[in-house]
Amino acid sequence: MKGLLVISGLGIIAMLAEIFKFKKVLLPLVLIGIALAYTLNVFEWNTPCDISYFSNMIAFDKVAIAFSGIIIITAFFWFILSHNYFEEDSNLVDHFTLVLFVIVGALMLTAFKNMTTLFLGIEIMSIPLYVLASSKKKDIKSNEAGFKYLIMGSFASGFLLFGIALIYGATGTFDINLISEYTSQNAANMPMFFYVGVIMILVAMSFKVSAAPFHFWAPDVYHGSPTLITALMSTVVKTAAFAAILRLFMIAFSGISESWTLILAVIIALSLVIANFSAAMQSNVKRMLAFSSISHAAFMLMVVLANVRSNLSLNAVIYYSLAYSLASIVAFGVLHVAAKNANGNENTDAFNGLAKKNPMLAFCMTIAMLSLGGIPITAGFFAKYFVFTALIGTSFKWLLVLAILASAIGIYYYLKIVIAMFYQKHDGEKTFELDKPQAIAIVLSTLAILVIGVLPGLIANMFKM
Amino acid sequence: MLTLLLLGIPFLSALVLFFGKSQSAKSIALTTTLLGFILSLAALFVFKTNPNSDLLKINLPWIDSLGVRFDLSITAVGILLVLLSNFLLPLIVLSAFKNEYKRAYNFFALILLMQSAMLGVFMANDGFLFYVFWELALIPIYFICLLWGGEDRGRITFKFFVYTLLGSLFMLIGLIYIYNHTNVNGLKSWNVNDMYAAGKLLTVKQQSIVFWFIFLAFAVKMPVFPFHTWQPNTYVNAPTQGTMLLSGIMLKMGTFGAIKWLLPMVPMGVAHSGGTAITLSIIGIVYASCIAIVQTDYKRLIAYSSIAHVGFMSAGILAANQQGIQGAYMQMLAHGCSVVGLFLVADILFRHTGTRDITKLGGIRNMNGNFAVLFLIITFDAVALPFTNSFVGEFITFSGVFKYSLVASAFAGLTIILSAVYMLRSYQKIMLGEIKQNAGVEFGPLASSDKTILIVICIAIIAFGVYPKPLNDIAEEGAKQIITLIKQP
Repeated sequence: MKGLLVISGLGIIAMLAEIFKFKKVLLPLVLIGIALAYTLNVFEWNTPCDISYFSNMIAFDKVAIAFSGIIIITAFFWFILSHNYFEEDSNLVDHFTLVLFVIVGALMLTAFKNMTTLFLGIEIMSIPLYVLASSKKKDIKSNEAGFKYLIMGSFASGFLLFGIALIYGATGTFDINLISEYTSQNAANMPMFFYVGVIMILVAMSFKVSAAPFHFWAPDVYHGSPTLITALMSTVVKTAAFAAILRLFMIAFSGISESWTLILAVIIALSLVIANFSAAMQSNVKRMLAFSSISHAAFMLMVVLANVRSNLSLNAVIYYSLAYSLASIVAFGVLHVAAKNANGNENTDAFNGLAKKNPMLAFCMTIAMLSLGGIPITAGFFAKYFVFTALIGTSFKWLLVLAILASAIGIYYYLKIVIAMFYQKHDGEKTFELDKPQAIAIVLSTLAILVIGVLPGLIANMFKM
Repeated sequence: MLTLLLLGIPFLSALVLFFGKSQSAKSIALTTTLLGFILSLAALFVFKTNPNSDLLKINLPWIDSLGVRFDLSITAVGILLVLLSNFLLPLIVLSAFKNEYKRAYNFFALILLMQSAMLGVFMANDGFLFYVFWELALIPIYFICLLWGGEDRGRITFKFFVYTLLGSLFMLIGLIYIYNHTNVNGLKSWNVNDMYAAGKLLTVKQQSIVFWFIFLAFAVKMPVFPFHTWQPNTYVNAPTQGTMLLSGIMLKMGTFGAIKWLLPMVPMGVAHSGGTAITLSIIGIVYASCIAIVQTDYKRLIAYSSIAHVGFMSAGILAANQQGIQGAYMQMLAHGCSVVGLFLVADILFRHTGTRDITKLGGIRNMNGNFAVLFLIITFDAVALPFTNSFVGEFITFSGVFKYSLVASAFAGLTIILSAVYMLRSYQKIMLGEIKQNAGVEFGPLASSDKTILIVICIAIIAFGVYPKPLNDIAEEGAKQIITLIKQP
């Protein structure tokens, strides 16, 4: 909770920076603020977890704290990574504020206790993102991205709101614990429109995590937005959306799981197939990563599907989110640097010969790609492993075979980049240096991938079995 | 302790090479691998005096919550493979002495990393650890082939990687399935013995499904027909050392995996579905031998002959009787020696004449008699003539397959005849007859490093062909242990 307050405060302070003219120190200030928020967040771990705020609107239990931790730490890396993205821009302060409020919304999503908080969180997170997506004002692709994102996002919000209203109509409450209680007591005679509401929420959340067939916005938006904003979308936003899904479907709707598991299984299967085949076709790396993020969303949804309301699945989703966020930070960071050195070329050939130009960067990218592909001893392997373990005990074993085939196709497009870096001939200048902060963010994330890959117990033990 | 040293020394040495970028990478790598060989001999000595010695074991906690332990040991089941790897690796490193690779320190570091991972596969007693090492071995070889391979290596290594990974993922599912059925005082366990116990409790149907899931990974690695399509291209395109690693040692990960992680784990599954797998192996033998006969590229010919040989081993293993397994052990050792020797011969031919095309070569014997003799011994080994070490393995495997099924052994026996056809014919074309290639150009003497390797291999071939008992005893013990494990209720 304190973390949320600190970051909201930071957002407001950032807004004042233009007036009081402390633009220059804003980045260090934000970094310190985020570090502080992280520390406060960690200290909340051992406090009793049933404290809720604002008459049960929001509660930071251990799950929320764990997800907040992931979000804050990726946000920290993200700010380091994008320090010169801000310097170049004239609307520095606006961007800071918007990004900070994205994080505020994301943190709310990890901790909501009430459907209205869920909606608020999603809106607080999404609205600044619409603006950020189109923040390259003179780029038509960026405008398209923002526009598409806004329309699709509003559409999803409409679904969400409608779903919430239907559920309220059936249960008479917004509180997720009370919804859960009500459904388990009256499981036999829930009205039809309650289930319609649940499915609408499922659809809306699928929009938000870009699961097929609600993924059509994702490639264009990822492609058009500035690379670093795409990085933000695929890390912070994705983690938050998953925290929300987990809370909704493992607490509020876990009692009526038979009504939504099959639909979810179909969504997952579609996502795996569509995302992986489409990703394999892409030459633009950002689009490829967009499709890969759809595929990873499917993997995380598998844990929700397994619906063992146990610490095993919690650990699995938390570990997966962290592994995926770290790898994404590295991937987008390296892409950002590589594209800049290839005159804005974001295709696979921007990576040609990177191993010779900058071996360190190529190494980091290789680890990130192997992690996304799920090769030991990177974090991505254990992420996949936990998902497989969660799913193998359920009746959806057929999804496992699909998931394996999807992983194999996944390796195809991740290796394309590795091959480009190590094997393809390069042209243009010989070597290039990257500036210190970016290098630090990329190397630290890479190390983190390896560390939690070798010692998964650090994260995967968070909730005792 | 010895296990940890065997695993750790190459790993640390690889790190030193990666970061030190030393100019003397060759000698560091050679020293490391020789040290590994000495250590493995020490392990053999300890094993002979006291098989249960603590020196051969290490067992540390790794991921407590999953029940994964860093549990390695050298047992009768794996010691031959440990010896083989450590015997071949110095030779493989030595064979690179004549080649001037760019950034050689990376090349040798990758070889050493691979050594570490492969030894891990042969020593792991924990299903999860086994899988991790199994996958880890793939990454260095991928980069060795990608960075130092021949033309079109991007596409070929890629196919290799995806094939192997797909197989491995199926194995992972199979292993997790067994793991989920383990029960040690209410907890799950990855320990190999607990997994054996859990696997045996499954129904026949479950066991067969698990059999196919796990066997797929091994079948791709060996490779068994029809999962072999990655192999010839990869072998031909990889740098010689990469091919040697792939065929000499990595291939044995598949056969060894089948012995340790398949037979005792799902015995009923093997009994139920093994027949189909043996049929596939035998089809592979005949098919690959026939293709080998018409090959003109000598390296590709050896690649196909390797499919034939491994198909024979696989048939022996899946027959699941003592002779079959014992013979497969001996075959693995023999094949490791001969295939590394043959690939070196292919490399020597290419370096001295600029071609590996059999039809363009001829009469080399007249120019270098020593080479002709050494090459002939290795060729005889590949054909499994008596008094070469292949003969022992082939004979015992054959009797194992014979015990399993007369028809199967009749077809598997074709490997002996067909291998004689393509090996002897290619030798004849390359070494005998008239001098064809660039008339007037001397073949020249062998480099001392090449000569050393060939002589060492020939000594091993003849020594263990004439007196195979020391190795055969261990193979027998290993096979007996596996049979006991299979029969254990």
